Amino acid sequence: MPEIALEMKDITKRFPLVVANDKVNFTVYKGEIHALVGENGAGKSTLMSILYGLYLANSGHIFINGKKVNIANPKVAINLKIGMVHQHFMLVPPLTVAENIILGMEPIKNNIFIDMEDATKRVEELSKSMGFKIDPKAKIENISVGVQQRVEIIKVLYRGAEILVMDEPTAVLTPQEVEELFEILKSLKKQGKTIIFITHKLNEVKDLSDRVTVMRKGKVVGVKNTKDTNQEEIASMMVGRKVIFDIEKKPLNLGKTAFKVDKLEALNNKGLPAVKNISFEIKEGEILGFAGVEGNGQTELVEVITGLRSASSGKIFLYDSDITNYSPRNIREDKIAHIPEDRRQRGIISEYTLAENLILGSHYRPPYNKGLSLNFTEINHHAENLIKNYDIRPSDKDNLLKSLSGGNQQKVIVARELYGEPKLLIAAQPTRGLDVGSIEFVHQQILNERDKGKIILLISADLEEIFSLSDRIAVIYEGKIVDVLDPKKTDEKEIGLLMTGSTTNNKLSKVK
Amino acid sequence: MFGDIFNAQFFSSSIRVAIPLALAGLGGVFSEKSGVINIGLEGMILTGAFTAIAATNFSGNPWVGVLAAIMVGMLLGLIHAVTCITFKANQIVSGVAINLFASGITVFFSWLLFGETQIMAKSSLPIWGLPLPNIGEGSVFVRNLIVMFANYSPLVYLTIIIFVLSHIILFKTPFGLRLRSVGEYPQAADTMGVNIVKMRYIAVMTSGALAGLAGSFLSLEQAHFFVKEMSGGRGFIALAAMIFGKWTPFGTAGAALLFGVGEALAMRLQGVLAIPVQFINMVPYLLAIFVLVSAIGRATPPAADGIPYEKEIG
Amino acid sequence: MKSIKKFDYYTILEKITPLIAVIIALLVGAVVIILIGENPIFVYKTLFSFAIGNRDGWGNVLFRATPLIFTGLTVAFAFRCGLFNIGGEGQMYIGTFLATWVGFTFTSLPAIILIPLCILTAAAGGALWAAIPGILKAKTGVHEVIVTIMMNWIASSLTFFLVLKFKATATEAMEAVGAKQMIPHTIEIAEAARLPRLYPIFNFLNIDFPAYNQVNVSFFIAIGVAVLAYYILWKTNLGYEIRAVGYSPLAAEYGGISVGKNIILAMMISGAFAGLVGTNEVMGFKYRWRQDLFTGLGFNGIAVALLGKNHPLGVVLAAILFAILNYGGAIVNIFTEGRIPRELIMVLQAVIVIFVVISDEVVKRLIRQRRKTV
Repeated sequence: MPEIALEMKDITKRFPLVVANDKVNFTVYKGEIHALVGENGAGKSTLMSILYGLYLANSGHIFINGKKVNIANPKVAINLKIGMVHQHFMLVPPLTVAENIILGMEPIKNNIFIDMEDATKRVEELSKSMGFKIDPKAKIENISVGVQQRVEIIKVLYRGAEILVMDEPTAVLTPQEVEELFEILKSLKKQGKTIIFITHKLNEVKDLSDRVTVMRKGKVVGVKNTKDTNQEEIASMMVGRKVIFDIEKKPLNLGKTAFKVDKLEALNNKGLPAVKNISFEIKEGEILGFAGVEGNGQTELVEVITGLRSASSGKIFLYDSDITNYSPRNIREDKIAHIPEDRRQRGIISEYTLAENLILGSHYRPPYNKGLSLNFTEINHHAENLIKNYDIRPSDKDNLLKSLSGGNQQKVIVARELYGEPKLLIAAQPTRGLDVGSIEFVHQQILNERDKGKIILLISADLEEIFSLSDRIAVIYEGKIVDVLDPKKTDEKEIGLLMTGSTTNNKLSKVK
Repeated sequence: MFGDIFNAQFFSSSIRVAIPLALAGLGGVFSEKSGVINIGLEGMILTGAFTAIAATNFSGNPWVGVLAAIMVGMLLGLIHAVTCITFKANQIVSGVAINLFASGITVFFSWLLFGETQIMAKSSLPIWGLPLPNIGEGSVFVRNLIVMFANYSPLVYLTIIIFVLSHIILFKTPFGLRLRSVGEYPQAADTMGVNIVKMRYIAVMTSGALAGLAGSFLSLEQAHFFVKEMSGGRGFIALAAMIFGKWTPFGTAGAALLFGVGEALAMRLQGVLAIPVQFINMVPYLLAIFVLVSAIGRATPPAADGIPYEKEIG
Repeated sequence: MKSIKKFDYYTILEKITPLIAVIIALLVGAVVIILIGENPIFVYKTLFSFAIGNRDGWGNVLFRATPLIFTGLTVAFAFRCGLFNIGGEGQMYIGTFLATWVGFTFTSLPAIILIPLCILTAAAGGALWAAIPGILKAKTGVHEVIVTIMMNWIASSLTFFLVLKFKATATEAMEAVGAKQMIPHTIEIAEAARLPRLYPIFNFLNIDFPAYNQVNVSFFIAIGVAVLAYYILWKTNLGYEIRAVGYSPLAAEYGGISVGKNIILAMMISGAFAGLVGTNEVMGFKYRWRQDLFTGLGFNGIAVALLGKNHPLGVVLAAILFAILNYGGAIVNIFTEGRIPRELIMVLQAVIVIFVVISDEVVKRLIRQRRKTV
């Protein structure tokens, strides 16, 4: 029997409306890379937050190296040599790399002051030992996501962690960066560290881990040696049924070119160029997918098209009519539907009811607005129809949106946006954070629109999604389209390289 | 005319106007750097002003008054902290409630203890006649400035020390690093073992103490009396100074000085030009609005400013 | 089904948090009264029996509630758009002064024209003053809290300047004793600009009611405005947009709602409510502008709105409660020969606000905790 580094026994954690962990047992051996997998909302992050002292379990026990411990807060976890790299990086943007690393464990001089020289030196030593090139004096807000992740790893090592928890570390990385991360994690394993690796991507489990624990709906449904299992088995454990990996796509039936963006330019919130000379066209019945690392101008591009941000130059045409810099209301009146990337902030009003949310955008028009006041008979009727058609649950039209699950909130958005036969559908990160069932539903809706001959612009950071839906793939990097490719003639590796700005000579394909 | 306006008295009065604004604004810096908006500064100044006079008159010692004002400011800071940090209530609502509370409680105790709403100070703080260096003899103006600077009340010198100390605390010590990270990204600070609640309590109570001190300066040093509502919007002007000063101690001090100069200038001009006094009285408030508008896009508040920290989101 | 019953119980608790806050505040007040050396039972008994124990008391209470309804709606309405309009004081200064000016300037107009004109001017003045912070917020993002407060002080100085321009000459009685106008005030508005008091109505209905009681038609205007506020917010397209902006500006913008336009509109409507205070104070009561006419009404409006949970009906009830405390407090002050300062009521109001905020959060948490076990 290998030595046990960590044991979590009968952990139960209840949140309002949901039991996130239900008598979970979780064991990790010393020096192994242990994958913790499950769908969004399966309870993986909650379990690790309990281990790190961010949440308190309602019941259960934790043992570190065989000793029972009580982890009341992260300070205790740090002292027990547990380190965690969170999915959303825990770095303070306006502070420097070194300041972020020493936060809470600052080297002191003269009993009072922070010894910044010592801090800088120690950070430099640590990054050298890992083979990183990091400037300790750089501000977090000025370094790339990939480098930020390395800062997170150094932060954990600075505190002498022996058990490292990595919460979905690959979600924000390109395929190449993922490979580099895996090398880092393997070298940490060689140094004797224990690594817990949270993911829902099954190929990563195979590539990296020694053992795997699968969670579903707050419960552990299986623990396997990675070499004794396969992706299909893990997938069906995760979802609780057999999963169809490939969606059926009808053959392409293109109409005329209907949507055109010509030399579009726009600034971001800081006043810097974010969309640079972007031109593309989409035909009726076609899905154009935009692949790219987040923050490369996708958000701004969508905002410009939907009227939420003004274009500094360039033109946008829908069926030959110039819609550049229309107001969001005019854009909607021109039958452009928008599933926004920030579901909670943009897409819904969480304090409004289902019925109220389902008229957002057309609330000012008949039949919902008539004369001096709103027509509640029509509004309620409309809501009941959509709730039934899209199977939104719970089905009470007077429920506040905040009481719905993420998947059902997204259904509300999809129902609202697809109502009234839009001509152009813009779907930005349409399945982020959703469970498998909801993902399938949203994908099916998008494909239905395609088959009805609608124009579809898809933006996603998830390459799998891009590949399974798109008819053409545009790769965006630093606000520019670097290439447009045929998904049948390219692969994730090539797209991944393009996403980081490196152009390949041996292009598999090039489509206009 | 230029010399008539910009003489040593002009600078002297600028500084005297600026001090309470600067101190309260610094209170705002501490509070907001930790992520808690403190609209209650106004009420804390007012209560500090009343307490300073009341405690001075009862004890006969103005220093007791200053100390009492600081304590009472901290107490109001504690109330604000309990409401906003422990109970996670709306920070602006809590601040407004503290202002209402201060308006009521000061007049209430004023009636109860003294039977009137205007109380004269029975003794005031000494003027520190610092030994004069023999420099600047050549120019009357420079000499006057030196003489003026050597003859301030101790509170002026105390204020300068407080500002230097605050700068060091915020930017050179572990406490300051933790405070700033709590106001920018409390989740990150939490994962590094920083106690968010403790840091915010300390910051908000410090903010109250500074506003209380500002109030004591106002009543003991500037007016030598207390009258109801004497804070006159200074808590809010201090917030404008804080924003204009980009949430830093020295920036806030500079902005407060700008207000001091503005107000002193308006008072001077009144003698020169025939402007009705009511329009002169508007100057600090107009200036505050102007300063706020011009700070837009230039100054970014701490990212978590005004947002209660929810440890478990679910 | 069992869980739904439990849920309802807590929803009721959530609705009555203001009541809890009021009870706590009255207990705090009782402790203070004991510390002063008086009997709290006697004090509260006197307070309530004089305020609501008879028709005259009720009249006085409704007279005092009227301006609080206006300023409470001011805060509540803006709050629904996510705005903290604590400039009700300044907005009511401007609206009221302008209405007074119309009232004493266009003296030849008949009442049927002059009264509506004065009312509209009061609303327009308040709206105008509130539009400034609204526009600044919409166009530059400057936080409305500081600006509205600054606008209060500017309004105070401005009206002070104006009142001196239209200062009434000393009356013969004052000249006889050589008295000066301590607090500057304007000349009186025309008879045709005055709102009738309620006494004649009661008299007509044969109900015994003292003729000197100051409650006037403005009370009905206040109730009408409360109904209007409710209608706008929950029954119209404008209300849908204003509340959407209040809950989530980003989602509103996405839904084709102009955030800036709605911020300015909400501020102007909110300011108009504040301006209407003049209908009670000038058109229904003093008939002229006095520089210190109303102090703190704007700020008490904040307390009223918070206690009323920013709902028009809640605002009306909270305004009446505060009016009871105010009027009763003044009576108690006289009864105890000044031993209980009337400012005690101000302290109670602040305590109510703090506890209403805290109990709200506590109950919210309680509900969430309960739901965990559902």
